[in-house]
Amino acid sequence: MLDAVGVDSEEALFDIPDPVRFDGTFDIPARNEQAVRREVGRRLDRTDDLTEFLGRGHYAHYVPSLVDDIARRQEFLTSYTQYQPEVAQGFLQALFEYQSLLVELTGLDVANCSMYDAATALGEAATLSRRVRSVSGERVLVPENLREGKRATLDQYARGPGLTVETYPTESGTADVEGLREAIDDDVSMVYAESPTVRGAIEERLGEIGEMTDDHDALSVLGSDPVALALLERPADVGADVIVGEADVLGLGRAYGMGLGLFVTREDYLRQVPGRLVGAGEDASGRRAYTLTLQTREQHIRKERATSNICTNQAWLALRAAVHAALLGPDGLVDLAEECVRLPRDLAARLTEIPGIQAPVSGRHHFREFQAHTDQPARAVASDLEAEGYAVHVVDEHRIQVCVTDVNAHAVNGFVAAMQEVA
Amino acid sequence: MDDDATADDEVRADGGRDGPAEGARDDAADPAREYSTYDQARWSQDGVYEPLVAEKDVTRVEIGDAGEESSSGDDSDSPLPDELTRDSLELPGLAEPAVARHYVRLSEMNYGVESGPFPLGSCTMKYNPKFTEELAGRPSAAVHPDRSDRSVQGVLGVMYGLQDYLARIGGMDAVTLQPPAGAAGEFTGIQIARAYHEDSGENRTEVIVPESAHGTNFATAAMVGFDVVELPSDEDGRVDLSALREAVGEDTAALMLTNPNTLGLFERDIEEIAEIVHDAGGLLYYDGANLNALLGRARPGDMGFDVMHYNVHKTFATPHGGGGPGAGPVGVTGELAPYLPTPHVRKAPEEEGGDYERYEPERSIGKVHGFEGNWLVCLKAYAYIARLGDAGLADASAKAVLNANYLASQIDYEIPYGPFHHEFVASAGDADAADVAKRMLDYGVHPPTTKWPETVPEALMTEPTEVESMDSLDDLAAAFSAVASEDEATVAAAPERTAARRIDQVAAARSPRLSWQALDTQN
Repeated sequence: MLDAVGVDSEEALFDIPDPVRFDGTFDIPARNEQAVRREVGRRLDRTDDLTEFLGRGHYAHYVPSLVDDIARRQEFLTSYTQYQPEVAQGFLQALFEYQSLLVELTGLDVANCSMYDAATALGEAATLSRRVRSVSGERVLVPENLREGKRATLDQYARGPGLTVETYPTESGTADVEGLREAIDDDVSMVYAESPTVRGAIEERLGEIGEMTDDHDALSVLGSDPVALALLERPADVGADVIVGEADVLGLGRAYGMGLGLFVTREDYLRQVPGRLVGAGEDASGRRAYTLTLQTREQHIRKERATSNICTNQAWLALRAAVHAALLGPDGLVDLAEECVRLPRDLAARLTEIPGIQAPVSGRHHFREFQAHTDQPARAVASDLEAEGYAVHVVDEHRIQVCVTDVNAHAVNGFVAAMQEVA
Repeated sequence: MDDDATADDEVRADGGRDGPAEGARDDAADPAREYSTYDQARWSQDGVYEPLVAEKDVTRVEIGDAGEESSSGDDSDSPLPDELTRDSLELPGLAEPAVARHYVRLSEMNYGVESGPFPLGSCTMKYNPKFTEELAGRPSAAVHPDRSDRSVQGVLGVMYGLQDYLARIGGMDAVTLQPPAGAAGEFTGIQIARAYHEDSGENRTEVIVPESAHGTNFATAAMVGFDVVELPSDEDGRVDLSALREAVGEDTAALMLTNPNTLGLFERDIEEIAEIVHDAGGLLYYDGANLNALLGRARPGDMGFDVMHYNVHKTFATPHGGGGPGAGPVGVTGELAPYLPTPHVRKAPEEEGGDYERYEPERSIGKVHGFEGNWLVCLKAYAYIARLGDAGLADASAKAVLNANYLASQIDYEIPYGPFHHEFVASAGDADAADVAKRMLDYGVHPPTTKWPETVPEALMTEPTEVESMDSLDDLAAAFSAVASEDEATVAAAPERTAARRIDQVAAARSPRLSWQALDTQN
């Protein structure tokens, strides 16, 4: 090969001026595969084996084995963005099916495939509110109990387009609608609400929030997830303009916060949507075929006038979510969602019988999780629980948050017993 | 990487090429080399390819009061009042074997790195080692980020280890793993530049981007709120120093640069470029898309870059997954380290136990991801770097550059700019690059990135990476040659052996149908 190129060594091919040549070493020893597996595996296993009752935006449901099996097929795992659709029909169709799943769940028309996570999807929704002509204003309203990481990410996205993020009050874990009415005016470009909220409460007045937002010509953005949406009110029926959230509740499970950003909106905003869209078209044989479409919105065509800078996204996780949803079917999805209502209700009822614990702290319906008051300092309770092998959230001096789904339901008895010990 | 959606419908303006006989070249290493062909699986039924999952079954589930009609009778007492639930849900309901078969068929209609060469310029499509998947699948990696630091020492230890590896490889002082993709890394880096200038009491409003840069650079600068100043190249395809001198000034917040640039050329004047930008008070941003060319041979930090991102799904072999997830860690100099996103991982002094812990950097820009980024992707990158070590990383860049140069020596198309490194940009000349790409699909190879950068007419941007052998490079060259020798009509009608024939992307964009629900209403 060197002969064909006409050089003596590979080094001769590097056109790097001497002053910037690196002649040092990284001090990273090479290891064989077995050694790396052992070494990294051992390092990972320094993490304690705790049973997690954790949620607040990052959830786990059981992921059937078939999801891994399909997703790890090299044709899916190692392929690139579908710039040559003729040779990538399989992935495109899976993404088209993922988009369709979200259309059914939300009742809105256009789902992209995908954003990084719920927080960045929320940030993109805010910038969308700036681009949409029917919307004016520079203030974005979010609930005061918004998860900190989501808020901080939204602030980051809001800065460039000159939006100001402000909060409206909440009451018992959901929106204080009267408080929101006082906070909103015509300078508001977007109102964000969640159901379930970060505390696991199901928002009961989404319709009123949507209507009020519409009255002020602002974008109504709702945070949710595909499991919750299988049971809760359809976003289209409560006036939502954009749905964001974590779609990784299907297909992924725990991944230290790695997510799959959901982004669904009305057809009116189609040309302002960020990220990838798969559309159906026809090939030269007249048969239906799929392709990335409306790419003139995107950075590689539109550059600084693109709707977003997003390029690499979470496509493989969208495939995983689609396979998981197909396995569950509508019955399985609804059953899972109903379990997400029953499990926390039952657990709260058991915890509140323990002296020193009151649960849940609000009278709302809950989904997957709820908050509990602890007479003991919450930090001490959580720390003692950790010693017993369980992890919960500390949200306040005397308040913890507990999340229970199909993946940790089997551990509820032990958890309740541990709570009796530490409360 | 950057096909234009309209490219397919452009009419070729020229006649055919007078190329050599198919599958053979006079000066090729193996003159008798035959090209490969590829017949992709094509499932077809009732005039469509593999039917949609919704065309196989639709099941409607009633919720709430109406639930009495549903099959599972004991669910009629829904756990929620009716006014809080939807009325019904209508989705496909298939048995597991049917689901398995559906997705296996779809996978058969998709081309991956293990199917054949995948020389997409600027995308660095390497082989993805399997053992990294095994590590990412370990139960101890599947944890929640809200746990206490002391209970997730394994995760924090790997994150700290990767921060450290990447800092050494890039010549940077500190690294964050939070950005979930390359573009998110750019967003992070440019937000850091903005915060840095604001702290210095300066209102700098412009980011300079070379005309041949990735589209994300322009889009990122705009998203952060900067005006974009486009910088022309000189006739050698590199940064035009006099144009740069004219472009910089008191408004300059940063110059975003890829090195080697998108033509594969090393910016030889990098020291002078850094001096010009720094003298004007701006920062130098390194786009890590092409870092694979430099591993162990040059480091952005040594070239004067202040902030950079790494594309771990390119340089460090984590799978592209049909578009993601990737990860875009950002490295900075010590001066910028206080601005990194929160939380950042550090190691406590040994006398305090030596635990890994998360903390908020002093002047943190805040967050760019709801949690701490694409952890499982970072884990795979860490394992890859540990496997290769110094020697393997340097060997990767040596082979990547040799492979690009060898492949270039074996193809007919003109390559106007050099000396190039890990990638080259050939011109399809009178032919339409998009057509050439479509025809290459029939020869069992993925085509190069087409029609970009625009500095080369009908660009074929080609990056074979280090993973191709001489044999597969010869195969790739034979595919180029075979297409070059074919008549215009054949090339324009391609592909013919792929699952789908040429797709009319313009028509698809004109009447967007983005879900199976949209097919129902419009047919």
